[in-house]
Amino acid sequence: MPPIQPAAIARHALVAALFNTVLAVAITLSGHQGFAVNLLYSQLIGLTIWALIDAGRLLVFAQGWSTAPAMAGLVLVAVLVGYFGGSAAGDLLLGYPPLHGLNRFPKAMTGFLLMSLAAGAVGTYYFTSRALLASARLAHEEALRQASEARLKLLESQLEPHMLFNTLANLRALIGIDPTRAQVMVDHLNRYLRATLGGARARTHPLAAEFARLEDYLELMAIRMGPRLRFTLDLPTALREVPVPPLLLQPLVENAIRHGLEPCIEGGHITVRARREADTLVLEVADTGQGLEAAAPALRAASGGFGLTQVRERLATAFGPEGTLELRADNEQFTMGIKRFPLKSCP
Amino acid sequence: MPLITPSGPTALIAEDEPLLAAALQAELARAWPELRVLATVGDGTSAVHQALALQPDVLFFDIRMPGQTGLDAAAELAERWDTTAAGARPFPALVFVTAYDDYAVQAFEAQAVDYLLKPVQAVRLQKTVEKLRKASVKRSSNAIDSEAAMEPMLARLRGLLAPPASAPAPRLTVIPASLPGTSGASGASIRMVPVDEVLFFEAADKYLRVLTAHAEYLIRTPLKELATQLDPQVFWQIHRSTLVRASLIDTVTRDEAGKLSLTLRGHPVRLPVSRLYAHLFRAM
Repeated sequence: MPPIQPAAIARHALVAALFNTVLAVAITLSGHQGFAVNLLYSQLIGLTIWALIDAGRLLVFAQGWSTAPAMAGLVLVAVLVGYFGGSAAGDLLLGYPPLHGLNRFPKAMTGFLLMSLAAGAVGTYYFTSRALLASARLAHEEALRQASEARLKLLESQLEPHMLFNTLANLRALIGIDPTRAQVMVDHLNRYLRATLGGARARTHPLAAEFARLEDYLELMAIRMGPRLRFTLDLPTALREVPVPPLLLQPLVENAIRHGLEPCIEGGHITVRARREADTLVLEVADTGQGLEAAAPALRAASGGFGLTQVRERLATAFGPEGTLELRADNEQFTMGIKRFPLKSCP
Repeated sequence: MPLITPSGPTALIAEDEPLLAAALQAELARAWPELRVLATVGDGTSAVHQALALQPDVLFFDIRMPGQTGLDAAAELAERWDTTAAGARPFPALVFVTAYDDYAVQAFEAQAVDYLLKPVQAVRLQKTVEKLRKASVKRSSNAIDSEAAMEPMLARLRGLLAPPASAPAPRLTVIPASLPGTSGASGASIRMVPVDEVLFFEAADKYLRVLTAHAEYLIRTPLKELATQLDPQVFWQIHRSTLVRASLIDTVTRDEAGKLSLTLRGHPVRLPVSRLYAHLFRAM
């Protein structure tokens, strides 16, 4: 059973009682019986209908509200039961034989029945759509919250605190030893931060810019890791202007360092390469680190493979099913991230 | 045997980032001029080898290093440190160095372990150095039973090595394993080994050996990871590389060199017990 909301139920009851009173006034004005009698019948019938609908929807539907046909069925049953039940109760209270009103004023009572039906339907429709609207709004807010959480996670993965603090520690050391190199390092850090923080906003940038940002990141890491990190960036001139989603390759290069090279005492070589295969752009991140098989448990454990999931999602958003990412182990010492996407449908 | 040799206190730095290693050494030269840095190594495996070979008074171990973490290196060193040989030196003072790691820092605080945050600040380093100086004076004055002297440090290391209690992984009941000789993950058949039949687990190179009464299997899961999925009351860790079914432990003996080992009911093996876990076997 869905949660019972006393405030909402009280509001429904009040609206029903008000409507019943208005109806009683209208019937009295049209010249049938006295106001007190009309009010009694009206409230008995109207409140019974309301109670049946409100209790019925909570008992029958898992969400408390349902689709139009189901709600219409509930309304019909509630109105019929409420009308005859309420009338009978009124007759009983006033000492009349059962269904006395129906026999004495058939026309008026039929009109009253139809009125009840219309009121029940309109009221139910109004409250149902309001409730559904509210739950839709709630779902929308939930989706927004999830989206911003994902963005935050993305940002956290790119601005990994460990990476930042280690870079700063290196920078501090470098200032004392080699101020010129320290300045170069600050420039790389500056561009890397700018790209990471602004990257979420721009939809695409040229492949040349993507490679330049990777170079900033790799230069930063090279200062930290010393001779343990060697890298090659290979971008043919013809492909420099191809638009790609910003920082698409970043997680793959990070993975290559963290799960490929870092566990290796002697380090290794990272190659980032772009090439054209017919109408497809192929981007490769390859490393000579510990190999895919050895890295697999760590890759899975690292925040549920968030980096790879994120790259796949971004590829799917930008290029649909034609954007693919594969991991390949060419031999014991080779881990690769390959992505292919159609050149023509680049946004 | 005096702790501080006439030439003054010595240290070993283990740090994989060359600039940071140089910076720490430079800061140490200012904060502790008498200290001689015997060597700087860039990975967790060399850290253990060099520490055993050079026997320094102080170790500065980075946490994140290739080979093995600074923490694992410290544990291995604690297990392998020789306290009985002639001229044996007391176990070095340990200082961990970390850039940013909430969990590690919390654990260091909880276990009262000395640590430095990178970039190393002169003021903070000065405090650490004063503490180390005081401790080394105290240790050199009463370093008679070095095995017993190690116990507080062993307890702290055990505290750091224990998996975080927050989210226990689901308990394993069956382990998919391969038979030795078949080529691991890539081929051959997988045998489902019920955990109830396992006598002990032993780390061997890249694999973990799973031993039952009649057979031996191999898995790739690291011991550390597997341990979180087993009941610690049922399987006891007796060594960095060994988990053993506690109910099957038969005898525990100490040899002339002071080294503990145990035998099992139902298996002819004799397993070494490291001093990290020797506290499990003090007579009740």
